[in-house]
This record gives sequence, structure tokens and C-alpha cells, in this order.
Amino acid sequence: MAEPVLTIEHLTKEYDGQTVLKDVSLQVHEGEVIVIVGPSGSGKSTLLRCINALEDIQGGEIRLRGQKITAGAKNLPQIRQKIGMVFQSYELFPHLTVMNNILLAPMKAQKRAKEEVQAEAMALLTRVGLADKADSLPRQLSGGQKQRVAIVRALCMHPEILLFDEVTAALDPEMVREVLEVILQLAENKRTMLIVTHEMPFARAVADRIILLDDGRIQDDTDPEEFFESPKTELAKRFLQSFEYTRTRKSDD
Amino acid sequence: MQSLGVEVLFKGKNFARLMGGMWTALKISLVSIAISMVLGLLLGMLVSRKNRVLRGVMRCYLEFIHIMPQMVLLFLVFFGTSKAFGWNLSGELSSVIVFSLWGTAEMSDLVRGAVTSVPKIQYESAMALGMTPAQVNRYVILPQAVRRLIPQSINLITRMIKTTSLVLMVGVVEILKVAQQIIEANRKASPNAAFGVYLTVFLLYFLLCWPVSLLAKHLEKRWG
Repeated sequence: MAEPVLTIEHLTKEYDGQTVLKDVSLQVHEGEVIVIVGPSGSGKSTLLRCINALEDIQGGEIRLRGQKITAGAKNLPQIRQKIGMVFQSYELFPHLTVMNNILLAPMKAQKRAKEEVQAEAMALLTRVGLADKADSLPRQLSGGQKQRVAIVRALCMHPEILLFDEVTAALDPEMVREVLEVILQLAENKRTMLIVTHEMPFARAVADRIILLDDGRIQDDTDPEEFFESPKTELAKRFLQSFEYTRTRKSDD
Repeated sequence: MQSLGVEVLFKGKNFARLMGGMWTALKISLVSIAISMVLGLLLGMLVSRKNRVLRGVMRCYLEFIHIMPQMVLLFLVFFGTSKAFGWNLSGELSSVIVFSLWGTAEMSDLVRGAVTSVPKIQYESAMALGMTPAQVNRYVILPQAVRRLIPQSINLITRMIKTTSLVLMVGVVEILKVAQQIIEANRKASPNAAFGVYLTVFLLYFLLCWPVSLLAKHLEKRWG
């Protein structure tokens, strides 16, 4: 098998003496879409943040194509350019137009020519249906539109892997679909992605592998079919049940 | 009706002298404001970092400047240091030093407040795009901080302009001093000159500070 894009080995993360991630090991291969699910507080977002060195780690190792990712290292900006991250709260830069939000990092961090990036940005904006918003300010956009811009902003850096951190959790229900469809499209184009989400039908549709994280540990690592149809572990069963609702009706007697 | 005493301003070169005084006051404020804005921005950015020593030193500096009345500081620099260190600072230079010390302290505190008010996750998303910390500050954090800074820093600027009326105490012949001289010289001929002349000084200060306030309002609206 080819060398994995991302390798995580025995990752341990502690917050104020509390262990949030315990001995997490994971390999992500080219073109693979991995969805991380789990109850809130299980360490899903922390895992993504560790990959980008937004959190320092207390043990283990994270490598992107063999290059070690260390918080505070000199080459960290270069490595981060290869890791696209999309946040729950979009985090567009409020003082810049949509186009300038997208252009900033490719021009400043990668020193690419404006015309070239602009053409690419425009093509991507068109693909996500936002070509007419290029000159708008973020505050003039809806949540779903902002999130699509954030995805385009990450894509324009030509990342090797994309991290999605509960990107629809802050959205109104009717805007969730427009964002998830963009991500589905990316999956069809064989993008390597790590996705944290609470949208189970989406997880099932987009994932090549599902990882269940609970209490800071990987509890299950399997294909979506099996995870949703015949979960093996007790934890997986209980987790999936938490998405089902039943009403106990009193029988008329 | 008694005269308001404005007429003395039209005698001889009185009005031109008054304007000259205003220019002196304005010069001191402009130079001090320019120094304060630049140094305050740099210091404010530095203090926003998590360096304990730097923060401690800046705290002392800030407290000292906050507590010290500007006039005492002015006397300390103009009279105090010239005896102590044997140099001969002009009144204008002393004023610029004192106003810059004061302005830099307040400005750096405003900058620190504005920078730390930009949410941490804005840094993170900019860092995640692979920009260096310097690029993140320059293109993402500072522009947002500056927008938050505008109202308070304009307030500081107008306070600095107004407070130049103290520098006559160290022998600088600025607008208020010129006004006093004009009133003194015409005490016999126009005993009411004080009212008219000081009213004019008041209006001139207003004319200096008002456009600055207008600019602040305009910027606030544009960047809302």
C-alpha cells in the first residue's frame, strides 16, 4: 500500500491534567474519506485541532507525508498550508470581501500571483454557486454561504488533506444540505478528508471509514455499511440509538 | 451694551499672533500624537503576547502615567531633569516628551484591548491557512483591531490636543499664553478683553477637535 497521507501514532493529549485523547493511532490514505463520530466531549474536535498543531500534544506523533507536525516548529506554516481546515463558526475574516478572504493566504503565504489565484477562486466560487458574492462582505452572507466560502478558501491552498470540524453544527437546518453537498462533491473528486460531524445520514453517504471516538479512544474503526447496519461494539450500538426516538404510548384499556 | 472685548484681536497683529500660538500647540500635539500612535501600536502588540516580564514592565509604566498628573510630569521633565542631568531641554521638547510618554501609554493599552478583543479562533483560522504569525497579525488581526480602536484613539487624540493648554506652564508660548499676553497688554483700553479673547481660544480649540470627532464618526459608520 502507498505511503499514507497522514499518520497518527499513539497520540496523547491532556488538558489541565485531564487526558482528552488516549493513545490514538490512525492512518489516512490518499483519497480516503474518514468520518469521526462520537458523543460530544469525546475528543473529536481536539483530534482535528492536534493534527493542525492548534493544540500541543503530550505524547505520540503526527506526520503529514512523513513530515512531523510539531507545535511551535519553524516549518509549521509550510505544513499547515497542506492541511485545509474548516471550522464550525466559519471564521471568515470580517474586514475582507469574499474574494480577498480567499486570496489572502495563497498570495501572502504561498506567494502566488494574484491573477492565477483569482481565476481559481472564481472557478471554485462558481462551483459552489457563489460567483455573484465575490465582492460581498462576510456579514452580508447567510451561514451556509459563509461556510461554502470557507471551504473554497481552504481548497484554494491546494491542501493534501481537508479537516472539517462540525461544519454544519452552527447552521440552520435548511442550510445544512447546501454545505454537505459541496463536501460530497469533494469526496467524489477523491479528496482526502477527515470529517467530524453529527449528521449521521451524511456520514453514511460520504465516508469510506467511520471512526467512533469515545472517552478519548478510538472505539470502532469500520466501514459505514457495517457501522450503521450491524454495529459490533456495544458503544456503537448505544451511540446510534441516541439518534433514534421512540414514543411510549399508553395503550387504551 | 458692554463690549465683548473681541475687538482687541483686530488690533495690530494680535490675531496672527493668536494663530501662531495655535500652530505651536498644534505642532506639539501632532508630533506627540504621531509618536504615540506608532510606539503605542508596537508596544500594544508586544504586550498582547504572553511575555510575563514585558507585561510587568508595561503595567508599571501604565500605572505610573495614569496616576501622575500631566502637569507634574511636565514639571518633572522640564525643571526636574534639567537640574538632575544637567541638560537643557526646551519647553517644546519637554512637552513633546511628556505628551508622547502619556499618549504611548494610553495608546498601547487601547491597542492591547483591541487586539485581545479579536476572538482567538480568528488567529487559529488564519494560522490554519499556513500564514506566519507576522502575516496573521498584519493582515488579519491588526486591521480588525484598528477598526475597534478608532473611537477610543480619536478620543485620546482630542484629549491630547486639549491638554496642550498646559504647556504654557513650562514657558511655551502657545495659544493660551498668547491670549494672556494680548489681554494683559490691552487691560487699560479693553478691560473686557478676557471674555472675547478666551472665547476665541475656546472656539479655535473646538475647530481643531471637531473635525477629528467627525472623522471618527465617519470611520465608525464605514467600518461598523
